[in-house]
Amino acid sequence: MIQHRSHIYGVMGEFETPEKLIHAVQKLREAGYRRFDAYSPFPLEGLSQAMGLKRNLVPLITLIGGLTGGIGGFGFQYWVAAITYPMNIGGRPLNSWPAFIPVTFELTILGASLAAVFGMLALNRLPQPHHPVFNVPRFSHASADRFFICIEARDPKFHLLDTARFLQGLQAHHVSEVNDD
Amino acid sequence: MSVGQPPSDSPEIRQLTPVLGPGHTFRSVTDKISAIVLTRPTSLGWFIGFAISFSLTGLLTVAIGWLFTKGVGIWGINIPIGWGFAIVNFVWWIGIGHAGTLISAILFLLNQKWRTSINRFAEAMTLFAVACAGIFPLIHTGRPWMAYYMFPYPSTMGIWPQFRSPLIWDVFAVSTYGTVSLMFWFVGLLPDLATLRDRAIQKPAKIIYGMLAMGWRGSARHWHRYQSAYLLLAGLATPLVLSVHSVISLDFSVSIVPGWHTTIFPPYFVAGAIYSGFAMVISIAIPLRKAYGLEDYITMRHLDNMAKVMLATGLIVAYGYFFEFFLSIYSGNKFDVFLVQQRLHGPYAPFYYSLIICNILTPQLLWSYKMRHNVVVLFIMSIIVNTGMWLERFVIVVISLTRDFDPSAWGRYQPTFWDWATFIGTIGMFVMLIFLFVRVLPAISIAEMRELVAETSEEKE
Repeated sequence: MIQHRSHIYGVMGEFETPEKLIHAVQKLREAGYRRFDAYSPFPLEGLSQAMGLKRNLVPLITLIGGLTGGIGGFGFQYWVAAITYPMNIGGRPLNSWPAFIPVTFELTILGASLAAVFGMLALNRLPQPHHPVFNVPRFSHASADRFFICIEARDPKFHLLDTARFLQGLQAHHVSEVNDD
Repeated sequence: MSVGQPPSDSPEIRQLTPVLGPGHTFRSVTDKISAIVLTRPTSLGWFIGFAISFSLTGLLTVAIGWLFTKGVGIWGINIPIGWGFAIVNFVWWIGIGHAGTLISAILFLLNQKWRTSINRFAEAMTLFAVACAGIFPLIHTGRPWMAYYMFPYPSTMGIWPQFRSPLIWDVFAVSTYGTVSLMFWFVGLLPDLATLRDRAIQKPAKIIYGMLAMGWRGSARHWHRYQSAYLLLAGLATPLVLSVHSVISLDFSVSIVPGWHTTIFPPYFVAGAIYSGFAMVISIAIPLRKAYGLEDYITMRHLDNMAKVMLATGLIVAYGYFFEFFLSIYSGNKFDVFLVQQRLHGPYAPFYYSLIICNILTPQLLWSYKMRHNVVVLFIMSIIVNTGMWLERFVIVVISLTRDFDPSAWGRYQPTFWDWATFIGTIGMFVMLIFLFVRVLPAISIAEMRELVAETSEEKE
């Protein structure tokens, strides 16, 4: 059989408990690895800190979405009621702003929520039909009861054998290479 | 990790009653919940339940088809009672939806662990209730094919909606509520869809769940943003849910009709909404945990807590009833006083008394620990409360409209067969959607249950 040498995406190790995963992440960062990712079936407390993840952009995007919804919503109602389609109802002011509050409020929430969800998906680059980590058969446990770390070949410190050994030293099981195709 | 189950439930050990049965691991919760969808054979009971609710949905289709053919004259509405069953049912269904958002958003912000196993199907219930609710104002417009007039779109006629009208506020409140609830539900489902994708055996299931999961792989970077987004959504859904029924109550209270024109309506409607919603969650939770053996996940602690929320909101509603009365009499306004007399002695008085029995008197049984821990009593009670809440909306809509200012404008309202067919049809549609939901999606959030397993195992160490 001819060995088809495909491009290597990285090296993956499997961990049994959240504690081992977080410990391994800390050790990897101490060793100078930067281009790696941890995978867990539920959000782990302390993993973000261990990964060195700082604040993300989702709250800012949500704020912008909310402001757009609110200001746009009020502005639109003002434009409709006072400029383009004015209706004189008993001589009351055309810019009857208290009556515009409910719709302004709802559109603020709508804008912020849409921004939060679609902003989160866009920053996560989802939907993404395929990713190299799915090439590892055991990775299907990442959505059930196992925890994984994948160190990317792009990492300057990456060396197939050394990195794999390092992962094993951190109590990783089933350390395997991840192909890119 | 496994600790012996306390021999029996009693108030003393209530604090110890866990939100999760003992001995569960990441694997066991994943296996058990995903098995309901993926591997367990569909039971005969499911098919029977689905068939019945599907037939009722058929009845709904017929009722709406006939309505489109003949017009709203097939209903019991008339002048002056232009708002009949359609509005009663609309308000009732929207109210039911509120508990789902309350459980998923407000209890999440308050860090209440017991929400975990009930939030998923409570959110689904919200969506389905909003879907049922949305039908009514639409078909009540008389010319539903022109319902899009209510949305602001650049028409060639150059007309725009009247943004000063509570009915337009309604359109925005309900459509925002539906959209945000759907997104909240879907974001919560995302990790579970990935689990189903990875565990599905049949190819079509793999493909469908795979597409829905959008390539979720549980990356730490993804979780990091996911948690921000989920928390923000919860924070946004909280004021939203309080606003929706407030806006709906403004449909009534902005008018000058006696019995409607009152400032207590927004908070009183919201409390009533949560009340009926929790009743509906109990009505669904009890058969669900029994049918799928989920007693370890939906424990007596959950039912007990939900019963307590029901009792508390029921008391707020009772306070609302009392103040409605008091303010009418205290105001000295003769039309308001007359409306109170009509509620007590008018032609619809039996509805009013039934509503008091259902909503205020019966739920007082929930003060008793024994009653809260009797599953059968709770189930019956939840049905009674929902009946009571439906009667409340009937009383508000019908009595005020049949007895306003001028005796020459008084009238009577009698629902017809088609009114009932539409109402029962939406109940059928709601139940059918619930049946489909528990069959194809995890009724309990698997990812959050794993978190709960992690947290409870930490506590025991």
